[in-house]
Amino acid sequence: MSLARAIETGDLTQLPSRRDEDWRWTDLRGLVRVLPAPSPAAVASPPAGPFASLDATQITVVNGRGPGRLITAAGTRQTVTLNFVATQQAGSHAARLAIEVQEGADLVLLESYEGQGADYVVQADLNITLGRGARLERIVIADDSPDAVSVSAAHVVLGEHATFAQTVLASGAKRQRLETRVSHPGGGASARLDGLYLLGDRRHADITTVVTHAGVDGATDQLVKGVVRDQARGVFQGRIVVSPGADKTDARMGHHALILSDKAEVDAKPELEIYADDVVCAHGNTVGALDEEALFYAKARGIADAEARAMLTQAFLDQVVDRIGHDGAREIARAWVARQLGAAR
Amino acid sequence: MLSIKNLHVSVDGKSILDGLTLDIAAGEIHAVMGPNGAGKSTLSYALAGRPGYEVTAGSVTLDGEDLLGLEPNERAARGLFLSFQYPTEIPGVPALTFVRTALNAQHKARGEAEVSAPDFLRLVRGKAKALKIDFDMLKRGLNVGFSGGEKKRMEILQMSVLSPRLAILDETDSGLDIDALRIVAEGVNAMRSADRAMLVITHYQRLLDHIRPDRVHVLAGGRIVASGGPELAHDLEREGYDKYASLAA
Repeated sequence: MSLARAIETGDLTQLPSRRDEDWRWTDLRGLVRVLPAPSPAAVASPPAGPFASLDATQITVVNGRGPGRLITAAGTRQTVTLNFVATQQAGSHAARLAIEVQEGADLVLLESYEGQGADYVVQADLNITLGRGARLERIVIADDSPDAVSVSAAHVVLGEHATFAQTVLASGAKRQRLETRVSHPGGGASARLDGLYLLGDRRHADITTVVTHAGVDGATDQLVKGVVRDQARGVFQGRIVVSPGADKTDARMGHHALILSDKAEVDAKPELEIYADDVVCAHGNTVGALDEEALFYAKARGIADAEARAMLTQAFLDQVVDRIGHDGAREIARAWVARQLGAAR
Repeated sequence: MLSIKNLHVSVDGKSILDGLTLDIAAGEIHAVMGPNGAGKSTLSYALAGRPGYEVTAGSVTLDGEDLLGLEPNERAARGLFLSFQYPTEIPGVPALTFVRTALNAQHKARGEAEVSAPDFLRLVRGKAKALKIDFDMLKRGLNVGFSGGEKKRMEILQMSVLSPRLAILDETDSGLDIDALRIVAEGVNAMRSADRAMLVITHYQRLLDHIRPDRVHVLAGGRIVASGGPELAHDLEREGYDKYASLAA
């Protein structure tokens, strides 16, 4: 069951539906009754993407067409922007990319999704492998059109002593899903799986992560925060599985959301499945409103209501942004959050 | 300057202030003292415009202009400042950012030019030094992890940067040791001026040893039941609030 398979075969019964546990809050089969026509090859030159100002190798995947493989060779360092674009003419398309970060290599992947058209239906699949001691920092900005259906699914396989750090930023779409599945060998490897969603109007964003710890001595750390307003809906599904024998696993998961309107909704399912002994696992999940005390304090000092709310909301989300390791990407992410907040005021 | 006439305030439908009248002229410092539960904090919150503090009768004007119809931020822009008894922690907003945002918001509301970043930093550095606040602390989330004394000094720092026309100090002495009390009082005294008024709300007389008031009022049962010179504070310290209990009833 996947959107990509439905797009490639034209068979709508391949769409994930609410009967699939992992898709219960992002039902595509009930939503997509007719697939748009396959996207044509692009004619115009694609936009430069949100990370264009940074010094990086640029890869663009337009209407599903782009290179199939990215390799960062053993012992080398690389910064790459990977910009997925659905053009004005886009209908439906699926893209596949294999990313290999070889032993001891270091890759900063600055990934983005943007749509110029309206109601496209697309999926991008990334197969990512990290060799022994390899490092990958992946920062994703997903800026789809409001009427789009857009799924990004990454499968990440970590080698021993590999470091994987990820931050996804989602502004939602008709349905937008950023899914990451990590095979974690333990063995001194670590994963950070952060994210934030900032949604207005009727937008929907789904951040889903699954981490499977297979061996001893692995670490996973996760902080996801969300802000929903208007009639938007945020979904967070986080699952950390500690397999039998994966002792000394250290896994921490936090999801915190602000609901800023009566009609907005957040659905959260944090899950820790622990089958090993001697592990440190913790999770926290909170959903609430802005702190009225802080709001009054700011207003009493002269800050007007809308500005005070934006300031407190940005501070709430900045705690995710602050954890981004790459300096340039961190500031681009911070500005992106500020822009989204300003636009939604 | 500040004129409060027959102020009635309810919280959760319960009447707390019951006809409070008080006038403070420019250049003066007035103290309002009273037992716990007399309505001291309700007075400060009602003046600042806190939601939930419902004014059911009476008027409050600052320089002749009605305050009660204004939002809290509009009151601040007109020169009202409340030093909170329990300053709020704001994670993720550095103190410097917060104070600069507040200062520029007030300037904007008054149609004045924004303060540039270098001018602002110069201003804050000087004030922080006088209040013995480590400048690096101002880069952390506002009041997050600050001690009680540090929070009160941050309040005075903000007051000093925002330079209000009317300062209300709500139990600023609570939680302060002797040294912190002296530093805070010096900060307040440095703000005394002919065109600024201050309202010092306190349970104890000790703060008034450092900040000498022109007038002292006793608040009991939601009204001012006695007024006098600074000597009244000493009488209260000696005799307690008991004799006002009957007046309040």
